[in-house]
Amino acid sequence: MKTCLVVDDSRVIRTVARKIVEELGFAVVEAEDGVVALEKSREALPDAVLLDWNMPNMDGMEYMKALRALPGGEAVRIVFCTTENDMRHIQEALAEGADEYIMKPFDAEIVKTKFDLLGLTE
Amino acid sequence: MKLEDFDYLSRLLKERSGLVVTKDKVYLLETRLTPVARRHGLKDLDELVQTLRANRSDKLLIDVTEAMTTNESLFFRDTRPFDLFKASVLPGLMQARAGQRKLRIWSAACSSGQEPYSLAILLKENQAQLSGWRFDIVATDLSKEIVAKAKSGLYTQFEVQRGLPIQLLVKYFKQTGDKWQIDAGLRSMVQYGEFNLLTHPRSLGQFDVIFCRNVLIYFDQPTKRQVLDGLADVLTKDGVLYLGGAETVLGVTERFKPIPGLRGLYQRSDGEAAVKAA
Ligand SMILES: C[S@@+](CC[C@H](N)C(=O)[O-])C[C@H]1O[C@@H](n2cnc3c(N)ncnc32)[C@H](O)[C@@H]1O
Repeated sequence: MKTCLVVDDSRVIRTVARKIVEELGFAVVEAEDGVVALEKSREALPDAVLLDWNMPNMDGMEYMKALRALPGGEAVRIVFCTTENDMRHIQEALAEGADEYIMKPFDAEIVKTKFDLLGLTE
Repeated sequence: MKLEDFDYLSRLLKERSGLVVTKDKVYLLETRLTPVARRHGLKDLDELVQTLRANRSDKLLIDVTEAMTTNESLFFRDTRPFDLFKASVLPGLMQARAGQRKLRIWSAACSSGQEPYSLAILLKENQAQLSGWRFDIVATDLSKEIVAKAKSGLYTQFEVQRGLPIQLLVKYFKQTGDKWQIDAGLRSMVQYGEFNLLTHPRSLGQFDVIFCRNVLIYFDQPTKRQVLDGLADVLTKDGVLYLGGAETVLGVTERFKPIPGLRGLYQRSDGEAAVKAA
């Protein structure tokens, strides 16, 4: 089973996202900030990460850079999922190595679209 | 709703748009048409039917039809039809038209434009191989309102996240307020117009590719047949017809047959599509 790390400081969002991603056939691990996410990524690299941007301790951008530097970290599919919904942020995320980008609010269909596009679903 | 009102409305909708509303969809008529009645200062559906009976050529009739049709669409809907367009349809037809260097494509129920713009994006993304070629993309729909929306190229944040890879959003859209607008270059690649599929399409000319997706499902069998036969008349002998995932020509008309190996793609029965094997 493929794994997805859901990283968001809002427990409500994590719960919503977990349900959607589980529907797509993933085993889900949650993290409430970049620090925890990085710990969990060191334990086991996920196949995909659904990643908030603004979080305490370590934000999504910093986490992504750290993840990409881990052995095998470049293969992880990273999907930002954030309220930063302007062109500048999207371009920055892509330039730094994000694979996809979801602007909140999101729904199951959008997450499915993006995972489909990355070939994560069957 | 009174039975005779239901009968009247369903007959009217079928005549005007082909849409079939069965008895189990009474709730749909009620939920979608009550707001239309209110907007026109009418108390309820009773009054709406009364008004329609009195004057059928009214703006009310247009609003009723638009409220009942489903406009749901997304970019690169179902993905694979567009992959096939690039891998099989385009190379095959370009070989067949090497002399003219021109292809005409019709999006026959284009809704808010996602389908024709997906094609325009696809062509733009492959322009290196297409230089010296001319592509006409004609996009039509029954609904005036939806055609105007398509033409504007303006989409909500939700709409641009359905089917569109983020890299293409960045490349081909501009953010204006809380909307996203597709680039003027792409907009100018599509010619929009109103067209009712219940009328014969001969006035539109001949097409090499016709997309008629996710609209036949709303029609009954004789209407589907009539529409498909009209499409057969304006599709070139080696052209390609695209239908939606839940639609087929089988058991509906003999004018088309499936293209083996390419699901959702059809060719004229009296011809053979110029497609490259997948
Ligand atoms: C569900 S949308 C399909 C859009 C697009 N082809 C796709 O597959 O995503 C159906 C469209 O068919 C249009 N339509 C319904 N009846 C029609 C008719 N008689 N002639 C032309 N268009 C019609 C509706 O206005 C609506 O925009």
